[in-house]
Amino acid sequence: MTYSALRLFKETLTGNRGWKPAWREPEPKPRYDVVIVGGGGHGLSTAYYLAREFGITNVAVLEKGWLGSGNIGRNTTIIRSNYLLPGNEPFYELSMKLWENLEQDFNYNAMVSQRGIINLYHSDSQRDAFVRRGNAMLMAGADAVLLDEKGIREVCPFLDFDNARFPIKGGLWQKRAGTARHDAVAWGYARGADRRGVDIIQNCEVTGFDIRNGVCHGVTTTRGAISAGRVAVCVAGSSSRVMARAGMRLPIESHVLQAFVTEGLKPVIPGVVTFGAGHFYISQSDKGGLVFGGDIDGYNTYAQRGNLPVVEDVCEGGMAIMPMIGKARLLRMWGGVMDMSMDGSPIIDRTPVDGLYFNGGWCYGGFKATPASGFCYAHLIARDAPHPVATAMRLDRFRTGHVIDERGAGAQPNLH
Amino acid sequence: MIIDHPLLGPRDAAEFVILGDATLIDRPDPQAPDALDRFHDYVHLRDNPAGSHRELWYHEQGDRSWLVVTRNTLTHAVIKVELARGVALAGRKTRSGKR
Repeated sequence: MTYSALRLFKETLTGNRGWKPAWREPEPKPRYDVVIVGGGGHGLSTAYYLAREFGITNVAVLEKGWLGSGNIGRNTTIIRSNYLLPGNEPFYELSMKLWENLEQDFNYNAMVSQRGIINLYHSDSQRDAFVRRGNAMLMAGADAVLLDEKGIREVCPFLDFDNARFPIKGGLWQKRAGTARHDAVAWGYARGADRRGVDIIQNCEVTGFDIRNGVCHGVTTTRGAISAGRVAVCVAGSSSRVMARAGMRLPIESHVLQAFVTEGLKPVIPGVVTFGAGHFYISQSDKGGLVFGGDIDGYNTYAQRGNLPVVEDVCEGGMAIMPMIGKARLLRMWGGVMDMSMDGSPIIDRTPVDGLYFNGGWCYGGFKATPASGFCYAHLIARDAPHPVATAMRLDRFRTGHVIDERGAGAQPNLH
Repeated sequence: MIIDHPLLGPRDAAEFVILGDATLIDRPDPQAPDALDRFHDYVHLRDNPAGSHRELWYHEQGDRSWLVVTRNTLTHAVIKVELARGVALAGRKTRSGKR
């Protein structure tokens, strides 16, 4: 069923009795060409692009819980392509371009809203760093505008410009950035993949890999063994646990990132604003809630909740740039488990086991990457060669020294 | 989280910074023939378990001691706290005993 205004009109007149479930709930078949482990945003978009772009439709997506129950439903919904390094920026710009056409492409309202992102700077050196970043973005085909204090005052008059410690001097603005409706992204990809023949199998946990003589022939699951031509793991947050079942140790630690939302307010924040002197970012949802977050808690954890010191730190960041936030009441807060990699950048690569592929290490930037991650992963699985914009995201880059360290923090996952 | 410091008693975890997996105490032998591989694994690879995890915490806003904290990564429960110095010396003794 294709969604359209005409369809909506027809259903309105006939009592909305014609709507069907957006995807099937099939029983697992004994064999697939490709089995994707993980039914989150990245797994579903991988399945979608495998079917749509590369014509591989005999695909299963295995999900331990329910569809989109991980970080696709727990993020702060920001989409942007304002990275610095050549190993990253072209990839995120591909993602941004895919976001821009996503809704027409998979015929689903993902509420992509390009309201822009402003990274504030507070010092001369920070401005220079943002000029460099902006130039790197332009070179990769993205958009970037450097705003001075006057420019920021026009867009965000509510900020604390004359803060004694961190006066706001300007910002780097990417107008094409913005937010998207996170759940709808998962649902849209799931529906798009399902319509092309992909089996999405929920409540099906992968308990092991069938690896013989260095070749992966399939997986064992809580719903029986499934053989596969290729197995693609895509379970950021749980990567270490799942890959341990294939006998692999990863350059990844699991950490919790907390997110917060206030009661609904009238429109006050145009797009996304980030603090340059601390870690704080904020946007306003379509419902009106201020959605914000900051640092990870810093200790290894698989619990989807954090602790109070970081709550305090995040709220201090908010008060430092926009004191009016102190009037808003916090409605909800939650945590998601992040794959924090050793250089702060993701991995999309083959593994030492033939037929076994790995996608993970998204740190806390996985949501914006959802389209390109799926697209490049599908390319890797279908062609057995990395997509040109994802060639640097190798699993063995720590051994060869080709790390992609945006922050320059070294092999210390909780600092990225 | 409350960390029960062996010398100072229960302290708020906010007084500490965490470095990571306590296996970082066991630095590989740089003279070993496979030192390059061992250092790659030491610096970059982690077990990252869900459950009991031994990790290094530094009491930055306290007595500046390094601790080995055994903590459950699923519940955040602190199970055991030791002085890292004691753990390191015991490890060294075990290793030299093996020789």
